Parts: sequence; C-alpha cells; structure tokens
Amino acid sequence: MSAALATLLAGAPPDREALDAFLAAHAVPLIAREAVTFLYRGEAEAVYLRMFISGLPAAQPLARAAGTDLWYLTLSLPEGSRFEYKFEVKRGGTSEWLLDPLNPLKASDPFGANSVCQGYGYVPPEWTLPDGGAREGAFDRLAIDSRHLGRRVVDLYLPARFRRTRRYPLLVLHDGGDYLRYAQLKTVLDNLIHRLEIPPLVVALTESPDRLREYVGLDAHADFVASELLPAVAARVPLEDDPAARGAMGASLGGVASLHAAWRHPAAFGRLLLQSGSFAFTDIGENHRGPVFEPVVRFMNAFRARPGRPAERIYLSCGIYESLIYENRSLVPLLQAARVQVRYEEARDGHNWQNWRDRLRAGLTFLFPGPLWMVYE
Amino acid sequence: MGPMSDRALLGPQYRTPNLRECLAAMGLAGPLACVTAGWQDREGEIEELKAHVARPVHDLALYVRAERVHADDPALAAAGRERQARLQELQELYRLRLGALMGAVEELAPTADEAPARRSARRAALGDVRRLDRQHLAATAREHAAFARDWLRRPRPGLASQRAELARLIESSAAVLLAGGHVAVLLNRLRLFGLGPLLASRPLVAWSAGAMALTERVVLFHDRPPQGAAHAEVLEPGLGLLPGVVALPHAATRLALADAARVQAFARRFAPARCLALDHGSLARWQRGRLVAARDLRRLGRAGAVTEVAT
Repeated sequence: MSAALATLLAGAPPDREALDAFLAAHAVPLIAREAVTFLYRGEAEAVYLRMFISGLPAAQPLARAAGTDLWYLTLSLPEGSRFEYKFEVKRGGTSEWLLDPLNPLKASDPFGANSVCQGYGYVPPEWTLPDGGAREGAFDRLAIDSRHLGRRVVDLYLPARFRRTRRYPLLVLHDGGDYLRYAQLKTVLDNLIHRLEIPPLVVALTESPDRLREYVGLDAHADFVASELLPAVAARVPLEDDPAARGAMGASLGGVASLHAAWRHPAAFGRLLLQSGSFAFTDIGENHRGPVFEPVVRFMNAFRARPGRPAERIYLSCGIYESLIYENRSLVPLLQAARVQVRYEEARDGHNWQNWRDRLRAGLTFLFPGPLWMVYE
Repeated sequence: MGPMSDRALLGPQYRTPNLRECLAAMGLAGPLACVTAGWQDREGEIEELKAHVARPVHDLALYVRAERVHADDPALAAAGRERQARLQELQELYRLRLGALMGAVEELAPTADEAPARRSARRAALGDVRRLDRQHLAATAREHAAFARDWLRRPRPGLASQRAELARLIESSAAVLLAGGHVAVLLNRLRLFGLGPLLASRPLVAWSAGAMALTERVVLFHDRPPQGAAHAEVLEPGLGLLPGVVALPHAATRLALADAARVQAFARRFAPARCLALDHGSLARWQRGRLVAARDLRRLGRAGAVTEVAT
C-alpha cells in the first residue's frame, strides 16, 4: 500500500470529506518506485482490477477500506512499466467493466478504450507528441482491384516536401488506420522525418476487412502485398527500386502477415518491423491458442523449419507482459542463424497500441536510418 | 585574395528567419547570390527566402551545374566517385579509431575529488583524440588537394565556363548567402567550382551546413542519435573562410548542453577554436576577422559551461 494511503487509513475510518480531499490531492493510481496502488470509490459488492499481464491473474480483487466506500489494491510494478486495465465492478448481482473513473489517462484501440497505468519512470516519448515545427506529410489514396482479394483501398502517407523527381523508400504497414488512430503514426513520421532520424519515406497503409483470415499466413494476402500492392504504389509514386528501401510492418497478426509476405516473396522486402507478432508455433503437440491460430501455427512451423532469409534487417519488439513474449524471444536466434541483422527490444508493456507507438522510433531508425549525421538544415 | 570581407553566421532560418535583419546590420543593399546546393534536389526553391529578404536573389545552382559538368565530363565524374570512395574509407577508419579513443575520454570524465593522475590521464586521452582529428583532417585535405591538382586545375572546358559565369554572378551580388543541407554535398560543389577564392573577398552570410562549410574544419555531431555512437567527428576541412570557429547548428537539440563533462570535452577537443552554438535566432557578425556583433549566440566553454557570447 502506498505510504499516503496507509496514513489516510491509519486510525479511524476517514469521512467523506477526508476522502474527497485525499483524492483531490493525489494523482491516481498512486505510483511509487516499485509499486502501484489502484483506487476505486463507490458502493459495490466487489471490485476487480482486470488486465492482461501474462503471469498475473486476469482479475485481482480490490480490498475495501473499513468504514468507507474506498477500494484499493497495491501491485508490485517494475520501473518504467506501463499497462492498460479496467475495473470490474459487481453490484446488485450484475457485473460491469469500467474505465478507472479516477484516472484521466486512457488509451483507445479498435475495441474501445482502456485506462492506462504509467508506472514509476515511464514517460511518453516526446517524439510521439505534436511538434509545431515539424513539416507535415500528406495523404493520397490508391484503389487496387486485386486478383487475389478483390477491391482494396490503400492510403499513402507522403512525406513533407514530397516531389515526383525524387525516389523514396516504401513501408507497407498492415492495419495502417489503427496505427494512425491509436499509435499517433502521422505525428511520429512527421517528427522523425523532420528531425532527419529517418529519411522521407512513403508509407502504404493497408487495411483488411477480415484480418483473422488474411493476416494468419494466407498466401493470397502475401501475393496481393508483393505482386499487386508494391507495383501499384510504384506506379503512383517514385520509389527506390531496392529491397533495402522496401519494408513491411505490422503488429500482432499484422506482424505475421508481414513476415509471411516477406517469406513467401523473398526479394520483396529487405526490411521488416514486427511488433508483438502473434508468432505461435508448436515444437511438439497441439496449438492451444484456439482455432484462429491454426493457420498461424502451420505457417510458423513451416517458417521455423525453413526460414530462408526473409529480409536483410528485422526489428522485432514485444512487451514482457504479453503472453507472446516467448514466441518473439524464440524467433531472435532463429533469425540470427538465418543471417538476418536483428534488433530485438522488450518493453515493460502489454499487447497494445501505445507499446507499439513507443517502439516506432527505435524500429524505424534501425531499418531506415536518416541523414541526421550529414544534414544540417 | 583581398582583405577579409564581412561575415555572418546565423542560426537555422526555418520558422524564425533573421537573415533580413542581419543584412540590414551589415549595410548590404542590392541583389544577393545564394548557394543552396546542400538542399540537393530541392536546390533553388528559394521563394520563401526571396520573400523574407524582399530583394532579388540569384541561386548559383551549384548542384545542377555539377550534374551537368559530370554528364559532359565522364572522366571527371569517375575520378570524383573514386575520391568519394577513398574519403568514405578514410572516414570509416577514422571512426573506428575515434570510438576507442573517445571511450577512454568518457571513462575518464571528471569526478568529484578526483586524483591528479586521473585528471592527467583524461588530458592525455583527449590529446590522443586531438591528434587523431589532426591526422584525419590532414588525410582528407591531402585527398582534396590531390584531386584539385590532378583534375580541377587542369583545363576542363565545361568547368571553366561554369566558373566564369559563377564569378560574374558573385561579383555582381552584394553578398553571397550559404544555406544549409547536406554538408558534404555542399562542400563538394563549392570545391568543384573552386568557389573558395571567389567567396573570400565577398560579404558572406551563412547558416546551418553553410556555416559549417565556411569554417576551417567541419565537425559532425549529435549527442543523442537514435542509433549508433554519438561521438562528434571531423569530416574534412571547410573553406577556411572563418578561422577559429567550430559551427554547431541546432546545438540546443543536437547536443547535451547541460552535460558539463560532454561540453568540456567537446570544447577542449577543438580548442583553441571557439565552439559556437547556432540555434534559432542566433547571429554572429565579423568585420575584418573580428567579432563585432552577437545575439543569442552561445559558446561551449572549456570548463563545461555554455555561456552567452558578448562583443
């Protein structure tokens, strides 16, 4: 329990005014160097912290402070940690999942929003925040009538000062819209390009209407990416014709789709940025992650048997609070043995968009180093 | 070469330009010439610059001219590429040695109550770095001198006509502006057309990579790059038109100026040259080699402090 809360609860139960004053005076959750204390206030039969940290129970009960409507739970939390959560509140025989009413920090994802716990020492990277001085990129839109997948619309991020007389590297980004909405992708690209940390590059933001089918190792999707999307983008904007100037990227199943496309079309991409890839495999026995993962396991088992050299350089990241940490860690020696230059990064975070946002700088600058050493504008 | 004309170095001109104010302070009226070769394929996109100074500006188009010269003179182009390969190799070898020597300097960063032996070791370590910097500067200077002797000073019709035209343009301008961009590309073009002597007698205003190009040695730097080592490195000699200065554009964002040990090592490494931080709004003006005006100009001190420069 935090020292401040312990002081509050020592002795007679605090009255309503004392609780109000305490909550007004403290940012919640209460963050200490190696622990975090969650607080919930309200009448309930039970309150649970719900989060997905691999290794911890998915639901942890908060205790009620005697004689009050204040509930609390203290967890050990290593420095620099960040994770997302909700409260499950049981009252009147029903159960409701809520954002933490006392915590203003929230993160959105395609399924809604979560409250955010920023542990001691975590600071959102400044390069993820809008910089009024950074020149802004723009968007173009491309429609592709795919022989493999039907009609697809792809948004193209064009860097600031884009010109047709120059050739650009290309990054194909799976779930591009989600990266824009939940991972501040445009701000990050604008900032990193403006700071010369990455070169001006074109990003093709792809979407899938059925990612649970297309992103799990579907050959037709890989063929679309490599033999339809790449030529279509090259026909629209001037691109460098070199695998080292072509990257594919994605998170979770988007990571699987990226790796699969590169593996099936070895000359297509020289760069891969794979975040929390759902790289489920079986060394022995059956897949235990459910039927959605059956094709993933088939692909990953085949990939692990014959990885070839899917790209010259791969950046791989995963949160240590994710169940996928084992799969991602185990990919590193395999890729290294395949003569891939691998940069692997772990974060004290979970399977979420802000984790992926926070790793963008390290990944992009490793794969596409910018000219900051030689250019002084 | 005549007496040194007025020179000014400015901070970056994007967002908050102070070029017009500088030109007024220098008493310069009339049309200007500018060098934007460091912008490479964006060379000559000077509409904002023209609007800011509100007078005619003629871009010398060194980048485009160089492309033309190389297309017309394949032997020169091939020799240039070979020289670039040699320079790149020199840089990589220098970087390798520099990393080891800078490791020692950093290991020996000042500590409270340090013993005299440690202080002495740090001085020696920094001396090793200074020696390496000098060797590298000399090696790159030899490359450039050999290239000038073997290729640029021999009659080459394409080059000669371009030079003559450039000389006319420079002579008819009140001052020459040197903008930033890719510092090696900028220097390469300035050297190709032999602009050093032509610029020496003209009033010059430079910023960012342009400022670096005017000095005696170009120092590349960034204390917090997202990848790779952060050891400032000497690239090659500049034009030497502003002696005794190391130009550090964007120092506030590129350098850890609050880190006294790093500032101290940086300043001592390049002493007696003055390491000048050229950030937005900075202005430094010289007349006949003497600094006569400074605004928002800071200097990295040998004691580790960053202080405002006064005139």
